[in-house]
Amino acid sequence: MSKTVWSMCGMCSVRCPIKVEVEDDKVKWIEGNPHILGGALCAKGSAGNALYNDPERPQTPLIRRGGRGAGRWDPVSWETAIDYVGEKLENIINKYGARSIVLSCRGGPFVDLFKAFIHALGSPNFTNHDSACGRNVHHASLSVYGLGRKGFVYDIKNAKHLVLFGRNILSSLRVAEVNQVMDMLDAGGSLTYVDVRQTLTGIKATRFFQVRPGTDYALLLGMIHQVIKSGAYDKEFVEKYCVGFDKLAEFVEQYTPEWAAKECGVKAKKILDFVDEIGEQRPKVIFHPGWMLSRYKDSFYASRALHILNVLMGNVETEGGQIFAKGPGDCGKKGLRSLDANIPKPEEKRADGVGWRYKHFDKGPGLFHLFYDAMITEDPYPVKALICYRHDPFTCFPDIQAQKEALDNCDLLVSIDAHYSEFGWYSDVILPESIYLERDSMIATQKGPKPRFIVRRQAVPPKYNTKPCWEIFKLLADRLGVGQYFPYNTIEELWEWQLEPTGYKIEDFDEKGFVPLADKPVMYDRDNLEGKFKTPSGKIELVSSKLEEVGLPSFKPYESPLHPPKGQFRLIFGRAPVHAHSHTINNPLLNELMPENTLWINWRAAQKLGISQGDLVDVMADSVKATVKAHVTDFIHPEAVYTVHGFGRQVPLQSRAYHAGMADQKLQEGLLLSMDPAGGGLCLCEKFVTVRKSPRNPKRRVEL
Amino acid sequence: MMNKYTIYLNSKRCIGCHGCEVHCKANKGLPVGPILCEITHEPLKPVRGVPKTEYRFRSCYHCEDPFCVRVCPTGAMQKREDGIVFVDYETCIGCMACAGACPWHIPQFNPDTGKAVKCDYCMDRLDQGLKPACVTKCTTHALKFVRLEEI
Ligand code: SF4
Ligand code: SF4
Ligand code: SF4
Ligand code: SF4
Repeated sequence: MSKTVWSMCGMCSVRCPIKVEVEDDKVKWIEGNPHILGGALCAKGSAGNALYNDPERPQTPLIRRGGRGAGRWDPVSWETAIDYVGEKLENIINKYGARSIVLSCRGGPFVDLFKAFIHALGSPNFTNHDSACGRNVHHASLSVYGLGRKGFVYDIKNAKHLVLFGRNILSSLRVAEVNQVMDMLDAGGSLTYVDVRQTLTGIKATRFFQVRPGTDYALLLGMIHQVIKSGAYDKEFVEKYCVGFDKLAEFVEQYTPEWAAKECGVKAKKILDFVDEIGEQRPKVIFHPGWMLSRYKDSFYASRALHILNVLMGNVETEGGQIFAKGPGDCGKKGLRSLDANIPKPEEKRADGVGWRYKHFDKGPGLFHLFYDAMITEDPYPVKALICYRHDPFTCFPDIQAQKEALDNCDLLVSIDAHYSEFGWYSDVILPESIYLERDSMIATQKGPKPRFIVRRQAVPPKYNTKPCWEIFKLLADRLGVGQYFPYNTIEELWEWQLEPTGYKIEDFDEKGFVPLADKPVMYDRDNLEGKFKTPSGKIELVSSKLEEVGLPSFKPYESPLHPPKGQFRLIFGRAPVHAHSHTINNPLLNELMPENTLWINWRAAQKLGISQGDLVDVMADSVKATVKAHVTDFIHPEAVYTVHGFGRQVPLQSRAYHAGMADQKLQEGLLLSMDPAGGGLCLCEKFVTVRKSPRNPKRRVEL
Repeated sequence: MMNKYTIYLNSKRCIGCHGCEVHCKANKGLPVGPILCEITHEPLKPVRGVPKTEYRFRSCYHCEDPFCVRVCPTGAMQKREDGIVFVDYETCIGCMACAGACPWHIPQFNPDTGKAVKCDYCMDRLDQGLKPACVTKCTTHALKFVRLEEI
């Protein structure tokens, strides 16, 4: 029996739409949804079946035996596992209240279920990984537009110029987006790339600024200065929609292109040429505001500067610029029914302090790392249980030792994941989720100029004793007496309940794999954007009232980053196109392409340390050491060393990934609470490491 | 027999993601080991201030007069009417003489089947009117399957 299943890839968090051909319950072929991606998929997307067939993933619920992290597990039935977690949670609720339970996930379109679960229990503590990822960008966007990072989509395809500050868009790739970038380049568009090293993205650039690590903000200030000084901005747009322009102009007065050039180690003329070019090309100029910007202590302000440059280009709601993400309402349609909306909001204040101690941050998912603080100090109250869905804090967050010390105050740690995560390995219970090819999901809304409803559909039956998350949370909710908030027994019932107000049926997804809500892009009238910006003033706030209210500056004076001491380097990390962080390192087909990472080091710096291409090097933080091969190159700044994130895994059951390569986050000792007070993101590139040639002698080895 | 097809890489559009290599392996259900096509690039060189490189794609040259076919002791390695050089798995005994005879060692050993495997332009897909796996799923549509008679 063969069938075609429209679904969504789950190899990384992009969730590209896919078409799966199935024969006798075996996956024969996966391709990108032809209606959206013309068949295209990345390497990870094609390695889905290798994940399906891989026995090195949790196969049945596991309950820990022996000490945390000892790696001894009792395989149990789902009934036993749910009962075990239920009883532990009950005890915690009775003793400390529901508020002491935290649920963390990885964000994305399906969070309604997870939010609903934790809120149904009566805890306000829903969170995700984002304070080690995009929170600075999100908060910067909120401060400027009153809309979060997902409030806009970028019409890169039709842009004339895409400007990327460290956004390695062709490696940390989204299939639809890379095609937009390539289409823009094919049409003769410009690509300016700024980074401390050359990347797969940078080699496609028309202009490349290699900057000293940590100076992005300086370059941006120099650019804003020049844009204003040369009148290269959209005066009409700024006048009509912005507040605080004069303050901005006054602030950047001191930051000349000549100053920026010196600070960053680039040529001033190049900045002037750049500004001339974008002055001609605007409004079709896009400054990407950044993705993973939990990097430097001024990354939040750098992201604000990127948003501000977009505003100065006047690129809002215009072809080739940034377009408001539209939802069903903008298409005259009704939205999906939400589980969480039907649950009374817990009134308790959040344990991470977001919303009351930190008033300028988005309350939605708060800031994950601050729960560690609460675990240790019990301020504002004890936190006793952490449930992580698909989120591996030991891979996302720095300083594993510090995390473990905080977690040791918890009575229950649960990992719900299709993979063994390092956190899962340390936790008390692993509830194995079916992989994306084995599970259905709720229906979700994908906003954009042409919004759609999307859904993941099960292609093949689970190979092992795993379950989809909609069922896992339902079972837990039933066990804890809050099942009434999850009004379904099957996924079909849940879909029907979600779709009820919209008038659509699940069969409507059968044609293309999604339900389009608009035929043509829905655009607001650019001359009439009143009410679209959700800041307190209703304007684009160059001077942010929310920041000023809590005593934070709208414009932060530049501080030059420290130079690393002799023999030390700033540790930078990033992504390769064949891996999605730690999730794919153990995938047989992707591990084959890239089994370990290396340490990129500038050749001059390497020469001084006697390091040649391929030598083993020790990378040392305060008490952690990693040993990997050196990748000696011209194309990285001498102050930085770089590695691909996600390696150095320590789960023995992942035999291919086990101890292969180095883990940057393990070397980031002392950074767990290094939060940017304005942006909420961690400053993960603020770590100097010592590098030396490994004392291991590769030539001499005796064996007795 | 004239070769009828080739695969062309638009290097400008290729992003070096190695997707094609996995698309190929997934389509043929290959285990770790054989990789039937490869993306490579030259060391980076600055061009007007930007370090650049060109990507290359290599699968099999489907030679006019293939050594692998000549050397194969069982007749498993064959050349089709349309020029595709392929392995007949029924007949192949896995001696790998073909790989030794090929100047680029293109035929590879499949440890799962104990036989040779190589790029066959996904002829099963071609025969169904489809394009090769690597071309169909290339992340950026940089690969093109070209029928030479069309040029
Ligand atoms: S980018 Fe690749 S791995 Fe991520 S969802 Fe798309 S195809 Fe899957
Ligand atoms: S999949 Fe396409 S873009 Fe990626 S490396 Fe292969 S040819 Fe290049
Ligand atoms: S491995 Fe198979 S195809 Fe190659 S020479 Fe031997 S029999 Fe012929
Ligand atoms: S044509 Fe088919 S067999 Fe040849 S490299 Fe491409 S996917 Fe592999």
